[in-house]
Amino acid sequence: MDRQKRDTEWSELMRASIMGDGAAYKRLLAELSRTLRSTVRRGFAGAGVSPNDVEDVVQEVVLAIHMKRHTWDQSKPIGPWVMAIARNKLIDDLRRRGRRTEVSIDGMLDILEAGGQEDAIHASDLRKVLTGLNDRQRDIVQAIAVDGHSAKDVADRLGMTEVAVRVALHRCLKTLSQTYQERPTQETTK
Amino acid sequence: MKTDDLINGLVADNATVAPPISRTVLLSLLAGTAVAAAIFATTMGLRGDFFWSIVNSPRFIFKFVVTLGVAIPAYFIVRRLARPEQPAGRLVWMLAIVPLMLTAAVLLEMSVIPPDQWKIYQVGSNSMMCMTLIPALSLAPLAAVLYALRQGAPANPTLAGAFGGLLSVGVGATLYATHCVDDSPLFLATWYPLAAAIVIALGALLGSRLLRW
Repeated sequence: MDRQKRDTEWSELMRASIMGDGAAYKRLLAELSRTLRSTVRRGFAGAGVSPNDVEDVVQEVVLAIHMKRHTWDQSKPIGPWVMAIARNKLIDDLRRRGRRTEVSIDGMLDILEAGGQEDAIHASDLRKVLTGLNDRQRDIVQAIAVDGHSAKDVADRLGMTEVAVRVALHRCLKTLSQTYQERPTQETTK
Repeated sequence: MKTDDLINGLVADNATVAPPISRTVLLSLLAGTAVAAAIFATTMGLRGDFFWSIVNSPRFIFKFVVTLGVAIPAYFIVRRLARPEQPAGRLVWMLAIVPLMLTAAVLLEMSVIPPDQWKIYQVGSNSMMCMTLIPALSLAPLAAVLYALRQGAPANPTLAGAFGGLLSVGVGATLYATHCVDDSPLFLATWYPLAAAIVIALGALLGSRLLRW
């Protein structure tokens, strides 16, 4: 798919998501994570970093896109915005690894254009990041994200209101994005 | 946690989208300006001949050409820098007009005032007040603008903080200029940039700490 067409599609999905369309949001995030995976992998390869932690960075970028989606200017194409966030997170990650690397947005877009086949997904484990959460928070994230329960079900089970569950989930995501930021990265984790 | 699980969590959190960042920047700036204006009104207030000067003193008017000439482009730059993919861009050239105008005004002032008076006009009556009160009046706008930028996603936190400082000092200096009786461009060109430098440096310093995301 050429860049412009893809951009239009992503923009439409994001607009629908911001209006509250969960299905559109799910599709958008799935597509973004697929694209970002190859972007980050190429970024890692360019910097000479082993691809073990690619999925960590992909998740970090997807989370940042979620937390910062109100900074997308809806009158502008969304591709450069996505890539700017990816670039920021990728540079942060490489910096934590002690790599001094310049990654240009243009370079990233070229990388993106080049496309490339998808490797098998590294199902990475976020346990080290989830340690930043307390038991109840982890319970909520687990129930909604992993087990696929609705916020209402979780609320009933935990004796909370649905709003409280949603607020707790949002806090967790915020904590997650902060933990990512402060996390020291070892050169090789596994 | 797998990426698909994370996505499920994010989709469940979809309703939490924040208001558009441009709105947050505007509302924060207005709130910060209102606080600064309230502080100004209770502690300093307009100078006695404020309304007379608006009509009769081109030097007085020129102070606001300079302070608003900084504040307005700085506002639009900050609004851009709050987004990750938008650089300050051509708006920086609008800012560059201000030092040019200031230089022209200084030369004009030097041509109409005898050389033995230059020093007196430059030192003015209360330069230390200018140097302390402008940064003081800029603090509330700075806090508000940094708050707004924190909701944003600035690609370069230090730069965004510095322009936040510039915007804030534009607001602070505009308020102060309605109080201060020193109107000569010689005074303006000497002390206002120093006061601005303090706030810009503070903004850059705080930005580098607070605006990472």
